[in-house]
Amino acid sequence: MGDIDQKIMNKVIKIAKKKETNFPESYIDDIAEAYVRRELTDKELETLITKVKKAYERSKVESGEAIGTVAAQSVGEPGTQMTMNTFHYAGVVELNVTLGLPRLIEIVDARKTISTPTMAIYFDEDHRFDDEFVKKTASTIAKITINDVLDDFHVDYGQMNVEIVIGPEKVKEKHLEFDDIILDIEKSFKKHTIDIDNTKITIAPKLDKRNKSGIQIRDIRLLADKIRDLQISGVKDVIRVIIRKDEEWVLHTEGSNLKSVLKMEGIDQVRTTTNHIHEIYTVLGIEAARNAIIKEALNTLEEQGLSVDIRHIMLVADMMTADGTVKSIGRHGISGTKSSVLARAAFEETGKHLLNASIRGEVDKLTGIIENIIIGQPIPLGTGSVSIMMKK
Amino acid sequence: MSNTKIYINGELIGTCENPEEFVTEMREKRRSGGISEEMNITYYDKTSEIYIFSDPGRARRPLIIVKNGVPLLEEDHIQSIMEKKLKWDDLIGKGIIEYLDAEEEENSYIAMGFHDLNEGHTHLEIDPSTMLGICAGIIPFSNHNSSPRNTMEAGMTKQALGLYVSNYMHRTDTRAHLLHQPQTPMVKTRIIDVTDYDKRPSGQNFVVAVMSFEGYNMEDALILNKSSLERGLARSSFFRSYEIFERKYPGGQEDKFEIPGKGVRGYKSEKAYKHLDEDGIVNPESYVESGDVLIGKTSPPRFLEEIDEFGSANEKRRETSVTVRNGEKGIVDGVLLIETVEGSKLTKVRVRDTRQPEFGDKFASRHGQKGVVGLILSQEDVPFTENGVVPDLIVNPHAIPSRMSVGQVLEMVAGKAGCIKGERVDGTPFNPNMETEIKKSLTDNGFESTGCESLYNGMTGERIEAEIFIGVAYYQKLHHMTTDKMYARSRGPVQVLTKQPTEGRAREGGLRFGEMERDCLIAHGAALALKERLLDESDKYEAIVCSECGMLSVHDKIRNKIYCPICGEVDSFPVEISYAFKLLLDELKSLCIFPKLILEDKA
Repeated sequence: MGDIDQKIMNKVIKIAKKKETNFPESYIDDIAEAYVRRELTDKELETLITKVKKAYERSKVESGEAIGTVAAQSVGEPGTQMTMNTFHYAGVVELNVTLGLPRLIEIVDARKTISTPTMAIYFDEDHRFDDEFVKKTASTIAKITINDVLDDFHVDYGQMNVEIVIGPEKVKEKHLEFDDIILDIEKSFKKHTIDIDNTKITIAPKLDKRNKSGIQIRDIRLLADKIRDLQISGVKDVIRVIIRKDEEWVLHTEGSNLKSVLKMEGIDQVRTTTNHIHEIYTVLGIEAARNAIIKEALNTLEEQGLSVDIRHIMLVADMMTADGTVKSIGRHGISGTKSSVLARAAFEETGKHLLNASIRGEVDKLTGIIENIIIGQPIPLGTGSVSIMMKK
Repeated sequence: MSNTKIYINGELIGTCENPEEFVTEMREKRRSGGISEEMNITYYDKTSEIYIFSDPGRARRPLIIVKNGVPLLEEDHIQSIMEKKLKWDDLIGKGIIEYLDAEEEENSYIAMGFHDLNEGHTHLEIDPSTMLGICAGIIPFSNHNSSPRNTMEAGMTKQALGLYVSNYMHRTDTRAHLLHQPQTPMVKTRIIDVTDYDKRPSGQNFVVAVMSFEGYNMEDALILNKSSLERGLARSSFFRSYEIFERKYPGGQEDKFEIPGKGVRGYKSEKAYKHLDEDGIVNPESYVESGDVLIGKTSPPRFLEEIDEFGSANEKRRETSVTVRNGEKGIVDGVLLIETVEGSKLTKVRVRDTRQPEFGDKFASRHGQKGVVGLILSQEDVPFTENGVVPDLIVNPHAIPSRMSVGQVLEMVAGKAGCIKGERVDGTPFNPNMETEIKKSLTDNGFESTGCESLYNGMTGERIEAEIFIGVAYYQKLHHMTTDKMYARSRGPVQVLTKQPTEGRAREGGLRFGEMERDCLIAHGAALALKERLLDESDKYEAIVCSECGMLSVHDKIRNKIYCPICGEVDSFPVEISYAFKLLLDELKSLCIFPKLILEDKA
């Protein structure tokens, strides 16, 4: 609501300050909007703010509430209903995406390599409906190897060389230039003799000091594979691109490389995204990673028809990203780095933690839940979070 | 085309050039008796492999061999079988019937019935229901049931009480159940005939009404007619046998069956021995309860005893009697006095307990429809039909549609028709012409062909507005009974090591307050309720902690002094901890780790 007068905004902020509220900014915006829309008097505005304050404070979580356990139960219980079968589709039929429980586990484990990375690439306003541009971009993103433009391929064990014939039509189809391909080949096979005869290219290993014994058949075979798999175009790690048009053109990819794609021209940097959380963290930072965790986890749950309150997942994401890196939930992440020895020992690798604690002479302050359960004291939570203060 | 590999019992034995011919020849030889009929051979053309199996443990089933679309079993064969001239083994010997294993079935084209036969068929089913085993074969109209229900029933038949053996009175099974008046099912199948199920049945025919009744049969509960039970319906006996022998110990000492004297170590109470006869063994037909001694026995002392003032070793024998199990009772059914191989005296005592159905006992029909007793209703209050028929059992209509056990509905109609006609009905699956016959016999006797009738409320006598489906179904009493499972504990024994309550009903254990239950109390913030469960009601322990070094102090009870093993007599304070934590501290100490407890004033 940018069209609300700054004067009115200031007025609302002033009254809010007077009432000792600490609303989020969006509340102020909403109140200001209501003030204008309903044509409230100043007195009514004041009552409104008082009432909003009351409702806001009532809905806040009370201190001593076991939000972590409640969040765990709220995610865990629907999780039991999630089927292990990975239904491989997500909006785009041709694309296989891990979903369901395996995906959820992947998210909370904060994996560095995920099983099915995928991107959704959007275009900026100028190119959103530009068919030609979208198709061209798609072909530059998609991985193309020599194998895709071959007309003929032949391994000659007599001459000990590899003969390839590049099809000009195929090259054109892929929006490539023949000369670029030649350049790529020359660059990649500097140590080989390359003989170019129109579209026919013959590549043979050079005899040098190292392989005195001559060229082995194995070398030729390896070379043949290498030539076929040589990438001549496309973004690294992106294997396939699927073009979709719903309201506008969108590219879905198999494989993900956010950094390179965001650099490309005509791309909407705001909406283009990937499902690879660690990549988002390295490219866009920790806040983006937090939002990505929330979005991905919530989508995974919703896709299975389960509704979990977003605040539970926000808590999970906050815990995972609180120290500036993406930590997993589990042995190597949150549970494994708790401050209490007893809590860590109770979780996993009991011996290791007890031993290390004894070597370092760690002191357990018994401030957590698990420690206090182990030693048999009331937990510092809920009814146990209150105690008597003595006058000195 | 490369040679086909031949495997015998999974081992590569050789190759062959013309597999088709080879396989046919092998089969011919098996049929003519040249090779054992236990051999099965399969040819996989896709992988060009031949598998020959002859090892034990394969599931095989008999089929009629078909040649050129004509089954080899002919009319005169059947005639001679009827005249008992031809036997099963003869049919196999003549190569008319052969057994196939799962592997060879892959090479076969089996016709379900005579009418389906065509040129391509290699085999013909003897009867479609032969593909069912013993348990599944007992289900009538199983072709009308959903498959999970048939699977469940096949499992439950094994749990049904019945006449499990006919020499049960001479046996001493540790545990045995016996149904008092087993009946042969009104609706039978051909497999029931073949397996002689009628000779040792495991259920009774119940008159079943399908209706709700005051909500007491919600969620698969059953309502039983009390008068039916008093007439002996679903009544059973439970037998438990106890046995022990006089063990001989090195050194010439041995156990002795006797009424233990009062001086014996571990003497129970006089009351516990009251059923014992002079020989230290109970008399048959005496009523015993848990804790009562069945076989009185004393054993020689385990270690050399302390020497008394006269200088002779005081022989104080131990009490090692056999008592009735905790929570069980019964009447001594029989006492057996025999000898072990070594020549020691061996005694077996069998205790019998009558089990009249009670709340929570489990019953099941033959269609995977299981439930527990939810109400035992006096006959006066049970709805009745116009003819005055009162059902034995009332099941909830919600049990039927979602489970699609249509076989139960058919069984009930067929059972009803059979009862009216006074003859048993055949309910073999895949028999298509049953329906009309059953319907006709119902209508002939003035019933509705659907099996529905008007019922009258037993309490008010009013006619129930809806027509109630009522029929006869065979119900089985399953061996999950309330008396065997009912349990509660307030205080009781604890484990020696952890001082936590023991586990399990047999050990009079506590009910576990598990991890997830713990999480729930945490989530509620019920800190003190949680502490009560996990500490006060479990392994609460008052440790005395040395204020100087933080180690546990020692309380010398004789001198009533508290001291620290390291610091001596310094200030020590009592701290309430769990015994498990004390164990953890001890274990760490044993690993040369010194855990210290730092004390501070509790606010």
